[in-house]
Amino acid sequence: MIRFTEVSKTYQGQEKPALRNATVEIDKGEFVFLVGTSGSGKSTFLRLVLREYRPSRGQIFVAGRDLTKLHSWKVPALRRQIGTVFQDFRLLPGKTVSENVGFALQVIGRSPKDIRKLVPETLEMVGLEGKGHRLPEELSGGEQQRVAIARAFVNRPRIMIADEPTGNLDPATSVGIMKLLDRINRADTTVLMATHDASIVDQMRKRVIELDDGEIVRDQSRGVYGA
Amino acid sequence: MRFRHILSETFGGLRRNLSMNLAVIVTMWVSLSLFGGGLLASQQVDLVKGNWYDKIEISVFMCTPDTRGDNCDPNKEVTTDQRDLVKESLETNPEVASVYFETKEQAYAEFNDAFEGSPIQDSLTVEQMQESFRVKLKNPEEYQGVVSAVSGLSGVQAVQDMRQYLDPLIRILNLVRNAAWITSALLLLAAGMQITNTIRMAAFARRREIGIMRLVGASNLYIMLPFLFEALIAGVIGGALACVTLASTVYFLIIGKAEVSIQALPWIGWSHTVWAMGGVAIVAVVLSIIPTLIATRRYLNV
Repeated sequence: MIRFTEVSKTYQGQEKPALRNATVEIDKGEFVFLVGTSGSGKSTFLRLVLREYRPSRGQIFVAGRDLTKLHSWKVPALRRQIGTVFQDFRLLPGKTVSENVGFALQVIGRSPKDIRKLVPETLEMVGLEGKGHRLPEELSGGEQQRVAIARAFVNRPRIMIADEPTGNLDPATSVGIMKLLDRINRADTTVLMATHDASIVDQMRKRVIELDDGEIVRDQSRGVYGA
Repeated sequence: MRFRHILSETFGGLRRNLSMNLAVIVTMWVSLSLFGGGLLASQQVDLVKGNWYDKIEISVFMCTPDTRGDNCDPNKEVTTDQRDLVKESLETNPEVASVYFETKEQAYAEFNDAFEGSPIQDSLTVEQMQESFRVKLKNPEEYQGVVSAVSGLSGVQAVQDMRQYLDPLIRILNLVRNAAWITSALLLLAAGMQITNTIRMAAFARRREIGIMRLVGASNLYIMLPFLFEALIAGVIGGALACVTLASTVYFLIIGKAEVSIQALPWIGWSHTVWAMGGVAIVAVVLSIIPTLIATRRYLNV
């Protein structure tokens, strides 16, 4: 589903590469933690998968597409296959929960009929049934992250990318979010999650890829946070 | 649904940036009116040139006993030999298209026609009229050669070129046209920058939405269309106002005033106005689209 072959990325105006010689393959339906300190290259890795940047060297395949050769105008089609959630939720404050989730379908041209069907379904799946008419500010942090996950998942992507999704949440709420991501993963969605949260990684016992200073230093199936 | 969303975003944008959009409309209005005015003035110049240069003749007046001139023998009329020499010189000149000789009688008849019923009519006799050669040129712009070829010949009292009466008018019209174009170019530049700013502000205000749209895979066109429509609507309103301004100018100034008081000149009419409006419309559309593409590029680069 995601394949990096000797990928390096050096940002413009910097000498040191943010990611160096990364070779890794993530299969369909896998759940992978990306761990490492700040600045170790986790975000760069995720952004390369999203084709926010092109790699300086190497080859990247995502969902069957060669990203090094992908035209800019085909990037939207790639991103429709990928759902993304962030630490800071990134909900639109003026829109209700349903509108926030529906927005993701609306802007890619899905019909109102599809939206009316998919939005409540997805909200129920993330445990927010009956809260569709609320505004984001009326919800707790955990609930807001569930809305963000619903928005990322409503188009049924093949890959789910989560960048520190529990970074702003207390441990109990984080467990709920992880259960949700696990459920999404069991629905055959590849999940790639960058995190600092050792207890979560240790509890889940999933594949762990550790980055240090731009290099992959560990790739362990059923791993833990610290080696 | 897609289209309805784009429309609602467009009108939302217009409402949110109302004062900026009004400024754009006014600038577009004034600058496009001037641009259209330039188009009208240049058409007027062409019309005057085309219509009058065809009719322009060089008149070579012969000496009479009464006339004075460097090439006239005092108190003597032009001789047949002198006249034949002038005729030959004109007919062999490569710039000359045709030569026509006007006798005293013909000149007198024309004079009588021109001053029909006026007391001046009785002041001149046939003998006092001047014979002349009326010369048509192949290219009316190239009159200098012919004028200098005959003006030195003896028996020639004066050479008159009608261009000298027309040139000041054309110079004024050219000046009006150039002034209109320079002013409108500056104002159009200002309008373009104003549109860039307006759209940049609108895009900045919606940067969260744009970020999410890009993240979930909305196409660039879909993201850009509301901004494009917003700029286009402002541009088209400005252009329409400019067209109304042009039409009223032509109606009140040209058709209502100039055409009535200066009938000797050909004047531009509705067909020329429509042509100028077409030019205004094209510039209005191009001037809305290009700054928008520039302004939104930063937010859409993937």
